[in-house]
Amino acid sequence: MFESLSQRLQSVFQKLKGRGKLSEQDVDQALREVRLALLEADVNFKVVREFLARVRERAVGQEVLQSLSPAQQVIKIVHEELAALMGGSHARLELGGAPPVAVLMAGLQGSGKTTVTAKLARMLKAQGRRPLLVAGDVYRPAAIRQLQVLGEQIGVAVFEMGQETPPPVIAEKALAHAKLHGNDVVLMDTAGRLHVDEELMDEIQQIKEALNPAEILLVVDAMTGQDAVNVAEAFHARLGLTGVILTKLDGDARGGAALSIRAVTGAPVKFVGTGEKLDALEPFHPERIASRILGMGDVLTLIERAQETLDQEKSRKMVEKLARGDDLTLEDFLEQMQQVRKMGPLDQLLGMIPGMSSLKNVPGLEVDERELRRVEAIIQSMTPEERRNPAIIDGSRRRRIARGSGTRVQDVNRLLKQFEQTRAMMRHLMGGGKRSRRLLGSLFKR
Amino acid sequence: MQDERKSWFGRLRDGLSKTRAALIGKVKEALAGSSVDEQLFERLEEVLIQADVGVETTLELVDAVRRQVSERRIRDAEEVPPLLAQEMKAVLRSEPLRLTPAGEGPLTYLAVGVNGAGKTTTLGKLAARFAREGKRVLIGAGDTFRAAAIDQLRVWAERAGADFVAQQPGSDPAAVAYDAVQAAKARGVDVLLIDTAGRLQTKVNLMQELGKVYRVVARELGRDPDEALLVVDGATGQNALSQARLFREAVPLTGVVLTKLDGTAKGGVILAVSRELGLPVKLIGVGEGVDDLREFDSAAFVDALFADGESASSR
Ligand SMILES: Nc1nc2c(ncn2[C@@H]2O[C@H](COP(=O)(O)OP(=O)(O)O)[C@@H](O)[C@H]2O)c(=O)[nH]1
Ligand SMILES: [Mg+2]
Repeated sequence: MFESLSQRLQSVFQKLKGRGKLSEQDVDQALREVRLALLEADVNFKVVREFLARVRERAVGQEVLQSLSPAQQVIKIVHEELAALMGGSHARLELGGAPPVAVLMAGLQGSGKTTVTAKLARMLKAQGRRPLLVAGDVYRPAAIRQLQVLGEQIGVAVFEMGQETPPPVIAEKALAHAKLHGNDVVLMDTAGRLHVDEELMDEIQQIKEALNPAEILLVVDAMTGQDAVNVAEAFHARLGLTGVILTKLDGDARGGAALSIRAVTGAPVKFVGTGEKLDALEPFHPERIASRILGMGDVLTLIERAQETLDQEKSRKMVEKLARGDDLTLEDFLEQMQQVRKMGPLDQLLGMIPGMSSLKNVPGLEVDERELRRVEAIIQSMTPEERRNPAIIDGSRRRRIARGSGTRVQDVNRLLKQFEQTRAMMRHLMGGGKRSRRLLGSLFKR
Repeated sequence: MQDERKSWFGRLRDGLSKTRAALIGKVKEALAGSSVDEQLFERLEEVLIQADVGVETTLELVDAVRRQVSERRIRDAEEVPPLLAQEMKAVLRSEPLRLTPAGEGPLTYLAVGVNGAGKTTTLGKLAARFAREGKRVLIGAGDTFRAAAIDQLRVWAERAGADFVAQQPGSDPAAVAYDAVQAAKARGVDVLLIDTAGRLQTKVNLMQELGKVYRVVARELGRDPDEALLVVDGATGQNALSQARLFREAVPLTGVVLTKLDGTAKGGVILAVSRELGLPVKLIGVGEGVDDLREFDSAAFVDALFADGESASSR
């Protein structure tokens, strides 16, 4: 889930990372791309605007722009704000209190309430509870039957009173039934309803009063667009939501609705549905998802470590040099490598760099410490002239370097090839395929 | 004919009234006391983005309007929304539903789409509509996967007085399709409607299964079905584009049904779908009742979104 957004932000920040100092305009440019990415992920327009305003306020502060690694600082801020927007740690179901404890499910038509209700019952049963499913959708054809079939599949009892009894009455009777039969949790499915349907919104409010639920969960389709906030706000105003469940996340929906809903209601996303099978329900971990949206791996740890160990002056020079468009030399390559090695085992580091974890599997780029020492030896066996201008390294020089470093000519060849690839990549990143496309007005003008 | 069109237009506007109120309100707000400047375009962009039109399509629409404004030296802000409406109409493709079979056998429709989009309900409404016209209708229960999906469709078939062909839950949907076409031909029904299970468009094996259902129907019919309709929930955001692309790879879609437009969702993503894939919108759903289905007319749709009551009827 969220891959596309994550990829986008990665490319934005890769561009930023190539730079040394950042101007306010640089930050704005990057944030505009963030904005585009969020909008394309269906995050609500207003939520995006407020989010970016918060990020910008922090990002153009003096310490950030004048810091050694402004781009990283901006990434860090975006990450922190995104995590804050999604909520803190995983919010569990709160099912304390005297049994039977009730859970009320609510949502639009077709959002996946019935399936999710059964999934929750299955999960609770596996945790040793004795759930009762309650069929409260008296409108949609065969909705009761659907819940009964699911109840049978998971071995959980289903309470129903047909289609003629008003759902608030069903709620009341279900509680009595649960008490009598020793069910400690009551999960009530309800009919899908539009948030603007006054009659049905009144009805669900009455269901709530009869049921006195500990949890009121809004079930939202992950594919929902901008309207998600209107829906969530309306349900929240009526019912006081305690949580949200996002369904159908096993497809390619980017799930921006999750961000929007959390932002407008403050209700945490508690679970996500990731398949049609009844075990496809996962707890939602906001902090992980936020990292995932940015594709950040553990970039924060990386930044911290880099700041502790890197020679700040050397790094600054390197970045400035690359930003000027000067080519990477083998000397730079070696210097970088030595600096990075001080930070810890390389494969571990590589895993922390966004976008780099995929490079791990590219043949020829796999990292092991032995290989690294070999590379060091090879470069150290070159003349300064050769390091600055590898083009002059012909066959006889290669043989000499191999002998001098105790390696084979193939090793030298491979290093030169890798270096050439890296240099090409750096050129590409620095050139940064500037997007000339006009981007949706200016967020920051007003 | 003219009268009938008007009345359905009126009903469309009823169904869309909430949508219209929201959008018109915004457009007016955007125009209040303003001249034609960059800010106006930005506000129009905001309105479109908030209607789920999507970034790319929005930029393209508004750029087109911007070009026209400068070419024609338009100064009055109130002239701008009609230009935008025009651009939107140009992008939106719509086609009426095919109502006569393209060859031998019954008029045949297939409904496909993601879970919960409204496929079954849409077919139920269509069955009722054809039955009311005195047509003999047969419905094939191709959703053999979701719990009680067959029962749900059976209720709709009974409501409409339509024939119903189904197998056991869990059976092969292509076999159900085969049975349905055979029964329809043998009984000489006028209309054959085939439901399918909801599936996310990224599930390769399920999409292959759908392709097979389509091929079986086409083979047994001796021709393509008259409509292969992608049913899309009107509240869907940008994912509708992925739905349209990937479903069309699996089956040759003939059009889109946009459901649940009785809420506050704007359904603007159909503009993107239309622009990028050229898929026409054929029907819209505006409620859960048997009558809550409307033919789609792009001009009326955009008018209903942009014009206020008076100017629409006086135009
Ligand atoms: N408000 C509203 N609800 C609809 C509309 N079309 C379908 N629904 C509801 O959406 C839910 C899912 O519909 P269903 O036909 O079962 O979807 P399927 O899974 O695609 O077959 C049901 O509760 C329907 O009553 C519509 O146009 N408006
Ligand atoms: Mg169905």
